[in-house]
Amino acid sequence: MKEDIKITVFDRDNERHDLDAPTDMGMNVMELCKAYELPVEGTCGGMALCASCHVYVLSNHILPEPTDDELAMLDQAFFVQDNSRLGCQLKIREEMDGLEVKLAPVSQ
Amino acid sequence: MNQILPFNPGFTLGERAEHLEKQADGRWCVTTSRGTKHLAPVVFIAGGLGSFEPRKPPIDNIEYFEDKGVEYFVRYPEFFKDRRVVIAGGGDSALDWTIYLAEVARELTLVHRRTEFRGAPDSVEKVQELAKSGKIKLITNAQVTGLHGNGKLDGVVIQHDTEGEFTVETDYFVPLFGLTPKLGPIAEWGLELDKNAIAVNTLDYSTNIQGIYAIGDVNTYPGKLKLILCGFHEATLACQSAFKVARPDQKLSFKYTTVTGIEGLPL
Repeated sequence: MKEDIKITVFDRDNERHDLDAPTDMGMNVMELCKAYELPVEGTCGGMALCASCHVYVLSNHILPEPTDDELAMLDQAFFVQDNSRLGCQLKIREEMDGLEVKLAPVSQ
Repeated sequence: MNQILPFNPGFTLGERAEHLEKQADGRWCVTTSRGTKHLAPVVFIAGGLGSFEPRKPPIDNIEYFEDKGVEYFVRYPEFFKDRRVVIAGGGDSALDWTIYLAEVARELTLVHRRTEFRGAPDSVEKVQELAKSGKIKLITNAQVTGLHGNGKLDGVVIQHDTEGEFTVETDYFVPLFGLTPKLGPIAEWGLELDKNAIAVNTLDYSTNIQGIYAIGDVNTYPGKLKLILCGFHEATLACQSAFKVARPDQKLSFKYTTVTGIEGLPL
């Protein structure tokens, strides 16, 4: 079994949650948030089709480039910034140890 | 369709169930958006995530300007004839309507958050050409952040990444940011809700209102999993319970269709 990494999620009230994230379960950041019952809907189930898992990446980790699908969805989302990503597209890997993200506001 | 044929149900398609009302005889009446009425002793809600509604930009007074200049769909392009229109968005619908309405509107502005577009390459090219030839105004790296007007929209506030804030005068604002599922009118039916889903009793997937059941993605209960498998299970148990409500005087006998088939259908 691989060792868990730490991922920090700031919720919408800016409260800090240090989460243990397994790297050997094919999990992504949206699923991790849901597992810890943070307020992330993940409506589309992780297909980059709803943006309900929109997060801002706060740390300087080098992450895989967003795919066209992710960029297309971010184009339809609100409160998007340069550091916006969809949590469901961030597959948890060892290199992400110490990653810090903040949940983006929920749009209507 | 063959599978459901022996049960001879009625179908109402392309309409949204809007109202639920209890009748004097104890039955329920569901009325649709087009006024079709269905009378039944029980109602099953299998609405999935709800109905798909346009995603509304987070602009404070946007709801005030709905039908006063803000349109989330282009229903009748002629509506915009000789008018000034601002479209916002970067996907295919924003591009397609920009191309179409460029010929119809008096003045057309497309506002997009980034420089690149994710739509079909052919449409992207066409929009760039329209902008170059001055047929439309293309404002990229910008977002619409405010609306103003007195009883009717007359301008949108645009926040540009480098040029700051400015106003574009317009008659219409058409934000095209795709669709998002919403529970819709069902939310007003007096059902107990939990985080946008209908709370049910796992004994029979009944809601807090007798005779109303909710199955599939639209419901919630402790341990809920949004799986097709679970949806079938919920429907099966709910049917057993619904039978007793609908036909209180009849005995319910449990049968396997794999043994005896279905009345009216060859095995």
